[in-house]
Amino acid sequence: MRTTRLAVAAALAAAVAAGCGSPEPAARQSGSPSAASTPVKLTYWTWAPNMDKIVAVWNQAHPDIQVTVNKQASGDEAAAKFLTAARAGNPPDLMQAEYQHLPSFVAADAVADLKAETEPIRGEFSEGLWGLVTLGTDSVYAVPQDSGPMMLFYRKDLFDKYGIAVPKTWQEYAEAARRVREADPKAYLGTFSSKDPGSFAGLAQQAGAQWWSISGEAWKVSIDDAATTKVADYWGDLVKEGVIDDMPYFTPEWNKALNDGRLLTWPSAVWAPGVLETNAPKAKGKWAVAPLPQWSAGENVTGFWGGSSTAVAAGSKHKEAAAKFAAWLNTDPQAVDLLVKEAAVYPAATKGAAALTGAPGYFSNQPGFWRQASAIAQTARGFTFGPNVSTAYSVFKDAFDKAVQAKAPFSTALRTVQDAVVADMRKAGFTLAQ
Amino acid sequence: MAARGIAPTAVLLLGAAYTLFPVSWLVVAATKSPGELFSTATFAVGTGLLDNLSELSAYRGGVFWLWTVNTVVYAGGGALLSTIVSAVSGFALAKYRFRGRSLIFNVLIGGILVPAVVLAVPQYLLFAKIGLADTYWSVLLPQILHPYSIYLARVYAQAAIPDSLLEAGRLDGASEWRLLTGIALPMMAPGLVTVFLFQFVAIWNNFLLPFIMLGDDARFPLTVGLYTLLAAGANQPSLFNLIITGALVALIPLVALFLTMQRYWRTDLAGGAVKS
Repeated sequence: MRTTRLAVAAALAAAVAAGCGSPEPAARQSGSPSAASTPVKLTYWTWAPNMDKIVAVWNQAHPDIQVTVNKQASGDEAAAKFLTAARAGNPPDLMQAEYQHLPSFVAADAVADLKAETEPIRGEFSEGLWGLVTLGTDSVYAVPQDSGPMMLFYRKDLFDKYGIAVPKTWQEYAEAARRVREADPKAYLGTFSSKDPGSFAGLAQQAGAQWWSISGEAWKVSIDDAATTKVADYWGDLVKEGVIDDMPYFTPEWNKALNDGRLLTWPSAVWAPGVLETNAPKAKGKWAVAPLPQWSAGENVTGFWGGSSTAVAAGSKHKEAAAKFAAWLNTDPQAVDLLVKEAAVYPAATKGAAALTGAPGYFSNQPGFWRQASAIAQTARGFTFGPNVSTAYSVFKDAFDKAVQAKAPFSTALRTVQDAVVADMRKAGFTLAQ
Repeated sequence: MAARGIAPTAVLLLGAAYTLFPVSWLVVAATKSPGELFSTATFAVGTGLLDNLSELSAYRGGVFWLWTVNTVVYAGGGALLSTIVSAVSGFALAKYRFRGRSLIFNVLIGGILVPAVVLAVPQYLLFAKIGLADTYWSVLLPQILHPYSIYLARVYAQAAIPDSLLEAGRLDGASEWRLLTGIALPMMAPGLVTVFLFQFVAIWNNFLLPFIMLGDDARFPLTVGLYTLLAAGANQPSLFNLIITGALVALIPLVALFLTMQRYWRTDLAGGAVKS
């Protein structure tokens, strides 16, 4: 039934664009002065801090297109809420869409194809980021806003104290993990979080995983591919050996461990300073950043954890105006500068690196923080998320949680995720290539 | 007597400790500055209560107080309207014989079994269709008809209002409206206080319905508003101290309401136990 959901979505968007496109330009030409007197009103659902201040700058300069920010809660619930609103025919014109949720919006025909409107700004983004909003198709479903290239955060002071060099490969990371256990039986080099599939997805991307892909009109799911299996077993073995802890991230006990110096590294994303600042205030100035350890020496690649884009709802009555705003917000130099300073995002636009000056307060001892971050960001590998990431992530949490408890092989848990995702997509009517 | 009193008292004390423990944690945690929150001992009182309060007030131009006003409107207005509807329907179901009475009552009983959570999304779809989504009404209207409250009101009316009293009123020439307002409602008052409190607390704490219905954060109630602070995305430091302080402040009106209405509440619990 929903055999070619994505293709249909694209065709539908094209048809809608063609259908409304013909009368619109004519109306616009004759009525552009009157357009200013009755401005187009757009609503924008976002959770980025201080977005209303950035939008005020746009509203000031564009009296004919007035945007209202409706601040929302982030996360899976925001995506579900947007999908419900789209289904009810009542969506906001613009929506902050996390990269992993975008495919589910596309499959539900909830977001518009912005190919024509984004043509001029395509060059502002790296290939890897652009792939996250095209899903490897010819369409463009959103404008990238921020990204989360992964890097290794480590306790510089404790590394020095124990005489551990910053690991360049995952092999070295494993050895360092054993060293830490010997040096301080209460401390761990790091922890594997079974509750954060996004982090694991980023690490798998680094290894070259490609969980979903579209070939022709069919989806291909390979969550248990060789690269991901390698990553899963690497962490599974370290947890089993007892040299890597297994407490989940973002829990009070994790905060405490970070604070007390009982966790020496966190393979995380560029937004980590904000988290560390809140959760481990005592360790301020003691952390440093390095590229992620690599799978083979001499390589230099990373993955993404987090990040979001600005999508235009397919149900919006003012798609063109909304697309214009989305393009401005994420590529205009002034807007990008504001995104960095007000919304504290790590901008997706390549030139956004210029707006990043100084260093995050938590890393004030490292003036080169942003230079290093943007160098690492350039090494991020592309990735395509599928239409049922939320299923994949919830099964991941269950399966890996069980594997951690039972000290069972992580590759088995990974296969559970693969099977569940395939079954779920079959049930939803997607065509799968084998 | 003394021996018999010990066990229930102990159980009650245990229950009280069980329920008060999280609240006391909340009170202590609200006094901690962001730096102290995760680093000091759990029940060590912090130094940041006043800072937290002023920061909470200043957050996004005082939006917290706007959410508080919204919540009072939703909970107060919703509970009041719901109580009126429940009182009238409960009285009618208890004291009038008409065709379909038991059918209506059975449907209502069935309604009690359907959790409100299940209805939130369909209700949203309906409200979107009639253009009422993202308005105050979209949160108020679905909470006015509450099957359990009607059931309570019916049980209470049945037990508290003698038929003979209504008959006497009729003989004296009182209209049905007069019987309702002059005799039934005053007699049902303790039960209606229960209904009001139930609904007030339920709406005050309701999350899913306003979460789905409302897009504009200027109409959010406290539950949904505080959630935007919790799920604020990874780009900014989480505002745990504001969330905790906000949750504490949001509790105060509920506590105040219970303390002032406790008298009626108690009478009714006893009354209901015997009469239903």
